[in-house]
Amino acid sequence: MEVHLTTPLKTADLEKLKIGDQVYITGTVYTGRDAAHKRLVELLEKGEKLPFDAKGQIIYYVGPAPAPPGKPIGSAGPTTSYRMDPYAPALLDVGMKAMIGKGPRDQTVIDSMIKNKAVYLAAVGGAAVVVAKSIKESKVIAYEDLGPEAIREMKVENFPCVVANDVYGNDIYKAGVEEYKR
Amino acid sequence: MREINVKDMIPIVKKLCIDANYYIGEDVISKIKEFKEKEESPTAKNVLDILLENYELADKEQMPICQDTGVAVCFVELGQDVHMVGGDFTEAVNEGVRQGYKDGYLRKSMVSDPIIDRINTKDNTPAIIYTDIVPGDKIKITIAPKGGGSENMSEVKMMKAADGIEGVIEFVVDRISRSGGNPCPPIIVGVGLGGNFEQSALLAKKSLLRSLTEKNPDPKWAKVEEEILAKINNLGIGPQGLGGRTTALGVFILSKPCHIASMPVAVNVQCHAARHKSVVI
Repeated sequence: MEVHLTTPLKTADLEKLKIGDQVYITGTVYTGRDAAHKRLVELLEKGEKLPFDAKGQIIYYVGPAPAPPGKPIGSAGPTTSYRMDPYAPALLDVGMKAMIGKGPRDQTVIDSMIKNKAVYLAAVGGAAVVVAKSIKESKVIAYEDLGPEAIREMKVENFPCVVANDVYGNDIYKAGVEEYKR
Repeated sequence: MREINVKDMIPIVKKLCIDANYYIGEDVISKIKEFKEKEESPTAKNVLDILLENYELADKEQMPICQDTGVAVCFVELGQDVHMVGGDFTEAVNEGVRQGYKDGYLRKSMVSDPIIDRINTKDNTPAIIYTDIVPGDKIKITIAPKGGGSENMSEVKMMKAADGIEGVIEFVVDRISRSGGNPCPPIIVGVGLGGNFEQSALLAKKSLLRSLTEKNPDPKWAKVEEEILAKINNLGIGPQGLGGRTTALGVFILSKPCHIASMPVAVNVQCHAARHKSVVI
């Protein structure tokens, strides 16, 4: 199934998604990878506010290449998600509704997605120019010192991804392999 | 004796960094097309189409294929009749990397310290440089940018002779099975056999410089490569781990003699963006 979603995400829309659905996102996504996640979770542990309101939002695991002249962003494909597994449940608990990355998640994150009615979306790793074409604006909103790992707010149009984990605990990485292994 | 000024290497290294990151090898494109024909999963076929589109776009838009423009791994074959003059050879390579990553709008992915102070060096240096002294009066420089996602799925195992070739095959296939969708399949699997602990890893990395259109010159190893490839593609992982028949595009083996007590085996995983460009000076 092909689904177009706009942010902020609504739980009712996410409940309709099934693994394997092709999703196109329009709206805002926030970026963050290892170093930024560490800082975000440290803020939450201290009871402090995040640099953006996580409610209904999407976090995209990416460290983009610098923008060449005349372009809003450089190549910007997903990074491997399991490195964010230790931090992801804390962000879902404060209202984050989706994560975009590549590669499978651990059971703790999958359980947290079920509990919080959140989803995990897979973008195509290494298709960084194709993905960058759907990013129309990008600005750093926190942790500039981290360089490519800074948190950016991106405006996206029809950002392409596939539902990898739905709100029901299904996992495309298990189902896909099961279907094609010999 | 031929004199080469190290400063002349700076623009060469710079261009290699940019070219390697913008232009994928024809061997990768033709292999992906070949596997796409045999692919059974519609999702997998779609992913392979997106990858092909991306290589084309990167070339057209003059942008890196992948945002992870990697560690700048530099292989140098230095002719023993060359005398390097005009400064520090290592610094010249690093200056080439610095300029390439800046002017090519490539991502700076190096941190100064692995654990305590993970501070970005902001110019993608230092490069990782391997030098071999060879006969002749030329220098061959290869830049092979290596991304973190696939590198993280790599492993060295000190096996025992009793494990045999079956044990080696089992270890390699299991390493890829455990990697799943993480290293951006379809991957290329570099296997280093023999030598010692660190040489096996270097062999695995060097094996990745081979073209996907070239067979292993040793028929014995060519056969093992085919067997491992078939087993890996039966795992069902598929492009991006979403399920399918195209998990690896090739398996490359390099081997060296080793100690009577040892059988080192290294697996270096390479994502589909198998980037390397060389020049002979």
